[in-house]
Amino acid sequence: MRHYFTILAHEVRTLLYNPGTYIASVLFLLVMGFVFTGILDDYSRAPQETAPAVRFFQVFWIPVLFMVPLLTMKSFAEERRMGTLETLLTTPVSTAEVVFGKFSAAYLFYVVLWGATLGFHYILQVYARDVRYLDSGPLIGGYLFIAVSGLLFVAVGILASALTRSQAVAGILSFTFLLGLIGGLSYISELGTLRQEILSPVRTALEGLRIPGHVDDFTHGIVDTRQVFFYLTGCILALIFSILGVEAKILNS
Amino acid sequence: MADIPDITIEVSNLVKTYGSLTAVNHLSFTVKRGEIVGLLGPNGAGKSTTMRILTGFLPATSGSVRICGLPVASHPEATKRHVGYMPENNPLPDDMRVSEYLWFRGRLKEMPRAKLRSRIDEVLELCDLKRNRHRILGRLSKGNKQRVGIAEAILAEPAVIIMDEPTIGLDPHQIIIVRNLIASLRGRMSVIISSHILPEIEETCDRVLIINGGRIVAQGSPADLRQEIFGHTTYRLELAGDTSNLGADLLAIDPTMKVSNLTEPGPDGFLAATLMTEATSDLGEKLLLNLPQRGYRIRSLGHIQPSLEDVFLAATRRSWDARLPDKKPETQGDSRAPLPKV
Repeated sequence: MRHYFTILAHEVRTLLYNPGTYIASVLFLLVMGFVFTGILDDYSRAPQETAPAVRFFQVFWIPVLFMVPLLTMKSFAEERRMGTLETLLTTPVSTAEVVFGKFSAAYLFYVVLWGATLGFHYILQVYARDVRYLDSGPLIGGYLFIAVSGLLFVAVGILASALTRSQAVAGILSFTFLLGLIGGLSYISELGTLRQEILSPVRTALEGLRIPGHVDDFTHGIVDTRQVFFYLTGCILALIFSILGVEAKILNS
Repeated sequence: MADIPDITIEVSNLVKTYGSLTAVNHLSFTVKRGEIVGLLGPNGAGKSTTMRILTGFLPATSGSVRICGLPVASHPEATKRHVGYMPENNPLPDDMRVSEYLWFRGRLKEMPRAKLRSRIDEVLELCDLKRNRHRILGRLSKGNKQRVGIAEAILAEPAVIIMDEPTIGLDPHQIIIVRNLIASLRGRMSVIISSHILPEIEETCDRVLIINGGRIVAQGSPADLRQEIFGHTTYRLELAGDTSNLGADLLAIDPTMKVSNLTEPGPDGFLAATLMTEATSDLGEKLLLNLPQRGYRIRSLGHIQPSLEDVFLAATRRSWDARLPDKKPETQGDSRAPLPKV
């Protein structure tokens, strides 16, 4: 892993020089800003049962669906199209180092962008002149969820990019994967056919994989190791498939 | 680099197939330390595939490749340390500066920071890129980009340098610069270059491998190849006199010499004769001494060297017409595999 930091630094630099990163960041902060003001609007009209932070993290899927593809689609697809993947892999680096380096850089950005939304809560607290509005419990839980689930989401984006030479295809592919992961899994777990007695183990398993359910748990202070395990193994699996994908594309070229 | 063996590249029975296409077909050759070898062949002959296998980027279907004594297949990281590679079309990231790019590549090639700084200055100087060191790669001219590629290949002072078409798309000035650059590596590093520009290869390379259909159809120094492929020497003579007996007169000088072409005499009585002989020694002096004694007047005598282009065309045609008798092919797969995009 001696080249890991060289590649990481290079990738962070590439992300900083890439206009797509700024489009993603601006779009992200804009959307999240609107979401946050919308939530505050609701709270100013009628009293609510949950803390604003809980509502805020419930819409995590909106930015994930467009931001993760924008951050990751370039990573392998572009290098393959340019031919620089060939020069990269003819140096003494392993494919695994390249995949981990690219993944870490994208993940770092993902976390930093989410970190920027801390400003919303800070501004709210300053303007309301009330410390109670900075509700630390749901915030810590929510950001922990973002950090843990981000591992899987970004790894899926890297996997999509490793499978193709076109950035557009990579972007659409990772959008589809993420939609299936977030929306598809929770849709299936709520299907009526699963309510039969015999299928109850399947239903239990699928309910455990409901990502919107995880976010509720985290923001309410429940850190379930099963969920953490799901994201970690999912991330490792996606990265292993990315390594295999990059190598298989070379073999079958 | 005391640990570099005398034979830096050892390829034996290399085969690479893409599905039913055989791109490289039982290729064997060796390259000695400090030798510059040119790889010639028509498009789709397997040059780029061979080079990619040498770098460890593509796995071979069968056969073995050793770089500095180590097999590429089982020690990819160790052999990659000995190889500097510049792919076809020389892909570079558009958004980096020249010095930044070289720094990144140097770090990937495990050069220590302290050494890398001075080495970058050195290669920039060597490749005449000093003025461009802070320019963005995407905005460089093609020639400068090509030189960045070469600078990158020699950066870590590898024992083996592999360059796929290093002079493609360059103007004559830049070609001379690149040629001198490659020639300056002679003796220190083994270089394999492929090119379509045959005079290039002839000028720079110690040895030429002509590849067609994935196998070597001819190899040797350009001079050896001429002898091997053509087997005869050609002279061009301008003379005046009665040529009806020329054939017999020439046989008296050299038993294998014959007239292959004779033009009509011009208004001044001189005509041009093309003579062919299988003799290996130079017959120029003999001709100049003997022909006037037999009543001919000679105005000029020239030694026609077949260019490497002729050698290349003859060798590839020969391999297409009939496979070499001593290298009977085992398979008849379509060897003109298209070069894959990766």
